[in-house]
Amino acid sequence: MAEREQKRKPTPARETDEVEEAPAKSESGEKIKAELDELLDEIDDVLESNAEDFVRSYVQKGGE
Amino acid sequence: MAIPKICGVETELSIVLRGAAESNPVTASSLLINAYVSDLSVTAASASPKVGWDFEDEHPDHDARGFAPSDASPPEVDTHLVNAVLTNGARFYVDHAHPELSTPECADARAVVTWDRAAELILVRAMAAARRLLPEGQELVVHKNNSDGKGNSYGCHENYLMDRAVPFNKIITHATAHFVSRQLFTGAGKVGSEAPGVPFGEVPYQLTQRADFFEAEVGLETTLKRPIVNTRDEPHADSQKYRRLHVIVGDANLSQVATFLKVGTTAIVLAMLEDDFLPREFVFRAPVQAIRAVSYDRTLRRPLDLTDGTSITALDIQWELLDRARKYAEDRGLEVVGAEVGAEVLERWEAVLTGLETDPMTLAHQLDWVAKLRLIEAWRERNETGWDDPRVAAVALQYHDLRPERSLAARVGLERLVDDADASRAMTQPPEDTRAYFRGRCLAKFASSVVAANWDSLVFDVGADPLRRVPMMEPMRGTRAHVGTLLDECTTPAELLDRLGS
Repeated sequence: MAEREQKRKPTPARETDEVEEAPAKSESGEKIKAELDELLDEIDDVLESNAEDFVRSYVQKGGE
Repeated sequence: MAIPKICGVETELSIVLRGAAESNPVTASSLLINAYVSDLSVTAASASPKVGWDFEDEHPDHDARGFAPSDASPPEVDTHLVNAVLTNGARFYVDHAHPELSTPECADARAVVTWDRAAELILVRAMAAARRLLPEGQELVVHKNNSDGKGNSYGCHENYLMDRAVPFNKIITHATAHFVSRQLFTGAGKVGSEAPGVPFGEVPYQLTQRADFFEAEVGLETTLKRPIVNTRDEPHADSQKYRRLHVIVGDANLSQVATFLKVGTTAIVLAMLEDDFLPREFVFRAPVQAIRAVSYDRTLRRPLDLTDGTSITALDIQWELLDRARKYAEDRGLEVVGAEVGAEVLERWEAVLTGLETDPMTLAHQLDWVAKLRLIEAWRERNETGWDDPRVAAVALQYHDLRPERSLAARVGLERLVDDADASRAMTQPPEDTRAYFRGRCLAKFASSVVAANWDSLVFDVGADPLRRVPMMEPMRGTRAHVGTLLDECTTPAELLDRLGS
């Protein structure tokens, strides 16, 4: 059990890393949001034009 | 002693013929595969042979427990449908109403990722080839998923070579604990639930595609009353020495990290099982409820009841398995799963469990269910819709679309473990460290003389003599180290057979 606890908790070194990375984290949060916005723009183009009909009529046979 | 974990995956794909009034999925699947085979034979030197599949050794009705319950209905082998054996050692065929692609036998999880990505590229090329054969305005669309959202499911099965000496009952308990808890990282994500009696609002999104379809703990079936542990006893190898554990509970993954961990962690758990190295048994009070509970619980905190009166979360089971695996690596080494690959599995396993524990959203580039969830949440926010908007289901489905121009999984920034140049080579080249090497090389070099193939044999027709069957009952033989030089030197199949026989 003790062994497991030891593995589970981040090592002190790692905790320090996390603290140091904290400012970078919010920066990367901004980046992630920008990346998502770009992705959503792209998806509007890529999404099937009649996606709703497609998904409604989408039926497969069971397999295996 | 644990034996090498030779492994592979077989994926049933979804297929739709677009632009036609009616479509038969069996015909559509046959067209897809035939289009690929014809495309190869006109464009490549490594022409794909028209090799038949040899069903002599197929026994899907054999039960690993040594008996078959009288009410079990084993799957039937359908022999008249299209079957292609590829020069990379894979099998590309029609199974029921789906195209299915089985990777060649691989020696480790990284190789499975490579040949699984190769399988995706094969399907992309097959769709393009079919489009050229179809009338204007029609196309075949393949999705790599496991359910149509309307209660129909199809599988992505894994296979692992195991020591026959391990009692099957021992496998059942330990495997169930891993299969239920590994869903945390193997899930491909699903909108809604297809289990009978679960109202939509109750489970708007769940971790896996497959959990809804499991109704039994153990059994032989794969299409009805699906069991968490499948007992099909069909080793495709020396049945005195080996067992092939046929795993049917997994999701088909688009994320390479998810495939790597799905296969890599399972191979290690099975090796530990063979070496009696597992910590303790986690026996669920209700395994079928447990598999759904884990899939439905996005908080990842829900405790599962065990028969000893205690309870534990899926995450804590995974932490215990990982801790044990680390100890196993120190004490025994990880050669049986590939030493370097095994070390990478342990590292990524820890990173993913840490991410799941702190903030699952940090794994949006590693895990399918997280990537898909993040995408849908962002899309819903922008379009101000609820989960029940049909466009949400459309976005979720298109995540799995394999057409490069439509695939959403290809656009969400999933981390790649294998580059496409290597995967492209793996479309035609076999792994070098399993018997798939012998199969693939023989098909590339002597295609016209190979009349039938299956996992554990090749049948040659070299003219005057009767047909000659070359058994391949040892999955670790027939490697490049064993037969590479021989195959390089032989100029005719007759010479190869003579030298193999001498």
